[in-house]
Amino acid sequence: MAKFIAAKIPEGPLEKKWQNYKDQAKLVSPNNRKKLEVIVIGTGLSGASAAASLAEMGYQVKSFCFQDSPRRAHSVAAQGGVNAMKNYKNDGDSVQRMFFDTLKGGDFRAREANTYRLAQCSAALIDQAVAQGVPFAREYSGYLSNRSFGGVQVSRTFYARGQTGQQLLLGAYQALLRQQAKGKVKIFNRHEMLELVCENNTAKGIITRNLVSGKIERHAAHAVVIASGGFGKIYYLSTLAMGCNASAIWRAHKKGALMANPSWTQFHPTSLPQSGTYQSKLTLMSESLRNDGRIWVPKNKKDARNPNEIPESDRDYYLERKYPSYGNLAPRDIASRAAKEQIDNGFGVGELKNAVYLDFAKAIKDLGKTTIQKRYGNLFDMYEKITGINAFKEPMKISPSAHFSMGGLWVDYDLQTSIAGLFAIGEANFSDHGANRLGANSLLQACVDGYYILPYTLQNYLATQIDKPKPVTHSQAFVDAEERVKTQLQTYLNTNGTKTPDEYHKELGKMLYDYCGLSRSRKGLTYVIKEIQKLREEFKTNLLVLGDTYQINSELEKAGRVADYFELAELMCLDALNREESCGAHFREEYQSDEGEAVRNDDDYAYTAAWEWTGNASQPELHKEKLVFKNVSLSTRSYK
Amino acid sequence: MKLQLKIWRQNNPDDLGRFRNYKLTELNPAMSFLEMLDTLNLQLIKNKEQPVEFDHDCREGICGQCGVMINGIAHGKPKNITTCQLHLREFKDGDTIVIEPFRAKAFPVLKDLKVDRSAFDTLIASGGYIGVETGQAPEANTTPVPQEIAEQAFDAAACIGCGACVATCKNESAALFVGAKISHLAALPQGKAEREKRVLNMVNRMDELEFGHCTNTEACQVECPQDISVLHIAKMNYEYLRAKLKK
Repeated sequence: MAKFIAAKIPEGPLEKKWQNYKDQAKLVSPNNRKKLEVIVIGTGLSGASAAASLAEMGYQVKSFCFQDSPRRAHSVAAQGGVNAMKNYKNDGDSVQRMFFDTLKGGDFRAREANTYRLAQCSAALIDQAVAQGVPFAREYSGYLSNRSFGGVQVSRTFYARGQTGQQLLLGAYQALLRQQAKGKVKIFNRHEMLELVCENNTAKGIITRNLVSGKIERHAAHAVVIASGGFGKIYYLSTLAMGCNASAIWRAHKKGALMANPSWTQFHPTSLPQSGTYQSKLTLMSESLRNDGRIWVPKNKKDARNPNEIPESDRDYYLERKYPSYGNLAPRDIASRAAKEQIDNGFGVGELKNAVYLDFAKAIKDLGKTTIQKRYGNLFDMYEKITGINAFKEPMKISPSAHFSMGGLWVDYDLQTSIAGLFAIGEANFSDHGANRLGANSLLQACVDGYYILPYTLQNYLATQIDKPKPVTHSQAFVDAEERVKTQLQTYLNTNGTKTPDEYHKELGKMLYDYCGLSRSRKGLTYVIKEIQKLREEFKTNLLVLGDTYQINSELEKAGRVADYFELAELMCLDALNREESCGAHFREEYQSDEGEAVRNDDDYAYTAAWEWTGNASQPELHKEKLVFKNVSLSTRSYK
Repeated sequence: MKLQLKIWRQNNPDDLGRFRNYKLTELNPAMSFLEMLDTLNLQLIKNKEQPVEFDHDCREGICGQCGVMINGIAHGKPKNITTCQLHLREFKDGDTIVIEPFRAKAFPVLKDLKVDRSAFDTLIASGGYIGVETGQAPEANTTPVPQEIAEQAFDAAACIGCGACVATCKNESAALFVGAKISHLAALPQGKAEREKRVLNMVNRMDELEFGHCTNTEACQVECPQDISVLHIAKMNYEYLRAKLKK
């Protein structure tokens, strides 16, 4: 029998919960704050905003990232925008509506109180970003501009050309460096967290590797915040940066932090297809292209004609056919799954038959080339840079790609994991998006967690640490942790086999994509779990990493990340196997309607699956957090 | 396709370094430049030779982490791209490509093609921000910003901090990088309060960090992935003089 866990949601009506929490949260006096140290892993939007905000309050902060500068974190790649409830358009937006859209978009598998708080805090973020100098798009009047995004009927998305993530991150990064100059933050770039150090199930610090000198270092603190982002890179081919990884959260998991809904991965429908086995990543093209582009495949599988020579009568605009009311703007999970269906059934286009067409011919004819140029010029340029093809003359070829992890470390309402003093924010936690994230809600969640929620909830925890002894790096727990890290690194080097970490990563990624990707089945998952176990054993004895640990060694870094992926991959499959329903991005082939739509099972699966590490990757223990819906009635998502 | 590579190899900052020659066959013109380096590294590792270290992350032209000199040009020959956006179709079968790290006194080589660009962080920390703390901000629409001003600010803010401008400049000047940040923040009403202090601090810090001076050759803009205009350097000079005179 699974154990039940509680999220510590404050009492009171939904709209008062966060205010009630803040009113009652413990405070730390300014004098005491400088005696308390906090470690933040990751410098993306959630990590940088948290580190900057905590330093401003007066805490001593250590900020870590594996990149060469905190500004590189993958938040930079978000193009489209950030949602916020400002109702500037006077189009009927409200906190209630934003809350409902997010919950419905997530197929009713998110926690009501968290989602509501996300919507409540959204407006302040725009104020904050503007004050920091984020150059959001504006109307001629000088007032902020908005656009609409998938899955909603109002315009609540703020944007800065195609660089919203980059510009928001620069705001947070600059705030972080300002605190660094004041001596309130120490930044450790090119450092990777390799172990969480706990004493009495309480986080006391981390072990890191300096990626330049190779030195293994100990860092103690009163609390540890993990803001290390998502792990979609586990599929190898994804829209994520090459360095994105699961290691920080996985190593915390192995110390007792529960992992929630690990198999829920969003596949983005409009990324560029793979062109060969050498391919290292799949570039994302903004979802906004679906506003004017029409998606189709040839009706005849064997049609080898140039797309421009295929007449209308021989084309299948399958999204428009299957979802007449949303058409090409169906939500991400539905659009991705539909594309996969076409490709799997042999209707794919391109040399590897692994893509579908995204065609602008009609939009160019109706609206003129100038309008399309103005709307999507930078995206068309980017497409041409990568593929050498001019999308004004020929349809784009697109395919779905792993993109966002809805799952992550389980956290309670305080964003605290099941380990005391260990918090997880941004994409690294699981809490706000349910089984499918709405576009432009990712930047929002990262910022809201870091700027507005953690500063209160972490302080509530730190208030209990003032009279406790200061964590020290010479304790036995630190000594043991450092030893484990050193032994593990040496093991990778000593294996001296024949296959590189990348080769294993590609094989593992393909297995996951085929059996635990856009669609899953009991048969496929059962099969692939065995295959993952086999490959993991082979990895242990046949890995090839050259060099030593005392200098820059990218292959050694990859080896550790891939080792973690091997264990996480199995947990993802077990999680997908456990959930005998289809919801959002989790599509179990056994649970679909006659028309091929997802069928949820609210009676048995309205819970968050939070998994505990037991020491054996194949036998995690399931805990359940019941999802209670008091403010919405559960409905079937329909976009027909 | 086939390529000959001449790559700078250097074990650590103190090592003298040297070029090594490599041959790659069976490359695909659709391959990206960095995937070509991945392919080389796989080949090297299988032959028990140390792979070439290079910086990279997003591989879609936005994070600014990649960047090498390709045949003497930062990010390679096509204008306004990052190294990760360069594809082999830009080369001819049988070409020889010379690959070196970004060269600048302020960007010491760490290993092979990896350099240390943390001087850019130091520059931002010296004043490249607006000093607002979390929770202090007024309602965003209280201060309208005319669209053309917002657009100008964006043009400057688009810098991805890759360092190609410094690597391209014969004087190793960071004027385009600093000018872009000064110009971005000085354009906006929110950035006006710290306008003088910011430019004086950032320009002084730039000198201390061993970046060279700008002599207006304008080569930096040509190789800038975001095509940041050299006019932002003029703006920085204007702001600097203005601040000095005001003082």
